[in-house]
Amino acid sequence: MSKAIVATTSLAGCFGCHMSLLDIDEKILDLIELVEFNKSPIDDIKTFTKECDIGIIEGGCCNSENVHILKEFRKNCKTLVVMGECAIMGGLPALRNNVVSISECLEEAYLNCVSVQANDEKIIPNDDELPLILDRVYPCHEIVKIDYFLPGCAPRADLIWNALVALITGNEMDLPYEVIKFD
Amino acid sequence: MGNKQSLNSRSHNKCSCNGDDLELILGKYNNDPKRLMDVLIHIQTQCGCISDLAVKDIAEAFNMSKVDVVQTISFYHFLSQEPRGEYTVYLNDSAVAKMKGRDKIAQVFEKVAGTKFGSVSKDGKIGLFNTSCIGMNDQEPSAIINRRVFTNLTEVDVERIVKSMKEGLDVNDIKGRDPVPNILLKGPILKNEGNITDALKKAISISPDEVIEEVKQSKLRGRGGAGFPTALKWRTCRDTKSEKRYIFCNADEGEPGTFKDRVILTERPRLLFTGMTIAGYAVGSDEGILYLRFEYKFMEQYLENILSKMRKDGSLGKNILGKKGFNFDIRIQFGGGAYVCGEESALLESAEGKRGEPRDKPPYPVVKGYLQHPTVVNNVETLCCVARIIQKGVKWYCSVGTKDSTGSKLLSISGDCKRPGVYEIACGTTINDVNKMVGAEDVQAVQVGGPSGVCVAPIDFDHKLAYEDLATGGSIIIIGNKRDLLKDIVLNFTEFFLEESCGSCVPCRAMTNQYKKKLEKIIRGNGVAKDLEQMLSWEKVMKANRCGLGQTAANPITCSIRNFRELYESKLKTATDFVSEFDLEAAVQEYCKTANRIPNLGGDHE
Repeated sequence: MSKAIVATTSLAGCFGCHMSLLDIDEKILDLIELVEFNKSPIDDIKTFTKECDIGIIEGGCCNSENVHILKEFRKNCKTLVVMGECAIMGGLPALRNNVVSISECLEEAYLNCVSVQANDEKIIPNDDELPLILDRVYPCHEIVKIDYFLPGCAPRADLIWNALVALITGNEMDLPYEVIKFD
Repeated sequence: MGNKQSLNSRSHNKCSCNGDDLELILGKYNNDPKRLMDVLIHIQTQCGCISDLAVKDIAEAFNMSKVDVVQTISFYHFLSQEPRGEYTVYLNDSAVAKMKGRDKIAQVFEKVAGTKFGSVSKDGKIGLFNTSCIGMNDQEPSAIINRRVFTNLTEVDVERIVKSMKEGLDVNDIKGRDPVPNILLKGPILKNEGNITDALKKAISISPDEVIEEVKQSKLRGRGGAGFPTALKWRTCRDTKSEKRYIFCNADEGEPGTFKDRVILTERPRLLFTGMTIAGYAVGSDEGILYLRFEYKFMEQYLENILSKMRKDGSLGKNILGKKGFNFDIRIQFGGGAYVCGEESALLESAEGKRGEPRDKPPYPVVKGYLQHPTVVNNVETLCCVARIIQKGVKWYCSVGTKDSTGSKLLSISGDCKRPGVYEIACGTTINDVNKMVGAEDVQAVQVGGPSGVCVAPIDFDHKLAYEDLATGGSIIIIGNKRDLLKDIVLNFTEFFLEESCGSCVPCRAMTNQYKKKLEKIIRGNGVAKDLEQMLSWEKVMKANRCGLGQTAANPITCSIRNFRELYESKLKTATDFVSEFDLEAAVQEYCKTANRIPNLGGDHE
C-alpha cells in the first residue's frame, strides 16, 4: 500500500495543536510508516509539490494570508480536517470579535495603549508585505468546506492519531470517551 | 385602570429615589429583600430608570452587593439603569404585529419623535423601544406607553400621540384606543353563570381532600401548555410537610400570540381569584400570589379593587365565608418583562427578587418552591377551570371535550383571519373547524402553541386541539398564503428565542444564534442540503437545555423543516454541497481604511 500524503498548517493558531500531533510518543515511528508529509511545518516544505490525501489545519483565519493558504489546502487535499478550537470556532484569537472593531483594536495596540512608545508618526503597520487583517476572526468552515472536525485545545494526541489511522485505513474511528473529555 | 402618576415634574436624567424617598418605598415592601422586584419596578415607574445612586442605596438597605441589584435589573426588559424617557414607548415587534403593519408605524414614530428605536430623544422626553409580544395580537399594531396600552395604531394615531407627548399631556389623557376583550365564543368557563361565590361555599363545605378528589375526577390538566394533571400537583404540595405553602397564579402570558389570560383577568377576575382561594383551601395555603407580567400593569388598579371587594364581602382574608381557621389572601407580584419567567421555577426566582433563570429540577416547586416552601404554580385558565368544576360539578365539566382532554380550552386567535379574538372551544376541535370559525381562508400554515409549539401544514388541519394530539397553551396564529413563511414567521420566532434566552445554558444561548444565521443563509438563497440536516441534528443538543424555553427554542425551524420541507428545498442550491458567504474584499475593508492601505488581494480575490 502506498503511503498516504499528508499536509498540515497552522493559521491563526499557537502551534499547540501541532505540538499535540507530535505528542504521540513512539507512535511517531508508526506514523512515518503510514504517511508521507508534503507541505507542513514538520518537514518545512513550503509549497504543495503534489496532490495530498489529507490536509490538517490548525487555527482559524484572521488575515488574508490565512484565507489564501486555507483555499490552497482545499484545492490540493482530498480530505480536509480541522483540529482544535481555533480552527473550529475561531478560538482565543476570536475573542476580539466580541469586544471591539478591528480599527479600535489596532488603534489601541499601536496608538493609544500606555505602553506605546516612539510611534510619533502614528503609524499602524501597513507595509505591502504584511497580510491584510480581516474584520473578525473566521472559523475555517465559514470559508471552505471542511470534512472533519477534531475538537480540543489542543486535541489529545490520541484523538489526532486515531482520526488519522481511521482516515487512512478506512476503518471506523476508535473514539473512547477519554479522548474527547475536556475537564 | 391605569396609573395616573405624572412623570412631568421629574428631571429625565436624575433619579430622585434615594434618601427619604427610598426609605418610604422600601417601607412599603416591608424592607424585605425578597421584594426587590417590587422596589425596582416602583422606582422604574416613578423615575423612568434606576440610577446608580438608587442601586447603591437599595444594596445598602437590603445588605446585598450592588451587582446583586444590577443583575436583577439587567435581566428584565422593562427595568433600566439608563433613562428611558418621560414617555417610554414599547412597540410590539412580534410576527403578527409585523403582519399588521408594525414596521410602518415604527417609521412614523421615529420620524415624528425624532429619535431611533432603542434610544431616547435628545430632550429626554420620548424613548422608543421594541418589545416582544404584549398580549394584544388581535389588536395590532399596539404599543405600551407609560404602562398604558394603545391598540390598533394607525399612522395618524402615532402623529397625534407623539404630539400629545410633546405637549406634556398625561398619558391617560392622550386620545387612543384601549384594549378590548374580543370574546367571540363563550363556553363553560367564560359564560357568566350563577354566583361564583357558590363555588367557594361548596369547596369549604367539603374537606380539602375531597376538593382535590373532585379536581382529580375532572381530569383537569394544566392549561398553560404543558398539561400536567392539576390534582397531582396539588396532592404533592399538600403532602409535602411544611409550615407554609404558596399558591401562585402564573399570569406571565408571554408566549407570542397568547392573550386569553389578559381577557380572563379583565372579564372574569373573580372566577380566577376564587379558583386561587379554592386551591389554597385544598393544599393548605394561606397566601396566594398572582404573578402578573409587566405588560399588564395597566390592569393593576382594577384588579386591586376586585381584591378589596372580595376582602370586604369575606371571600378573602381571615375565616373566609365564616369557615373558622381558613385564611387566604392574594397579592399581585409584577414581573419585569421576560418570557422565560413563564417557566414556573423561573417565575419563582423572579418573585424572590432575582434574575428569572429556571432552577434545576428536581426538586420541583411543589416540594421546594417560593422561598423554599411547597408551592403550586397554576395557569390563570386552570384556576378558572377549578372554580367552575367545584361550582357546577365534575359531570357537567366532563360533558365537554374528549376522553383524555376534558373541558374546554380558551384560544387566542390572531393573524390572517377575519375574526381574531378569544374563543372558548371544546377540547378536541380540529384546526379545520377553527379556521372556519374565525374566517380564515387561503391558509398556508397554522402556528399552534406559539413559537415553541408546532407549525401545522394544511395536510394536518384535521388534527385535534387536545393533549393527546396538538397540545396548546392557547396561541393560534393563522398564516395566510401570501406570507413569506420563513422570513416573516420562522425568522421572527427564532429571533424571539435568541432575545429571550436567559443565557444560562450554552446551547440555548449560542445555538439559537447559529440557527438564526443558518436560516438567514437559506433565506438569502445560499443554503445547501446539509444545512437542513445540520439544523435537525442540533435538536438533540438543544434538549440539553434546562428549561422548556431552551428545549423548544429550535422548534420554529426544525418543525417547519419537517412540515414544509419543500419550501426549504426550493430555496436551496442543489448543484453544490458547500456555499461560503465569506467576502474577502469586504472583510479587509475596515483594516485597509484604518492602516491606510490599498488592498492587494491578488489571486485571492475571487
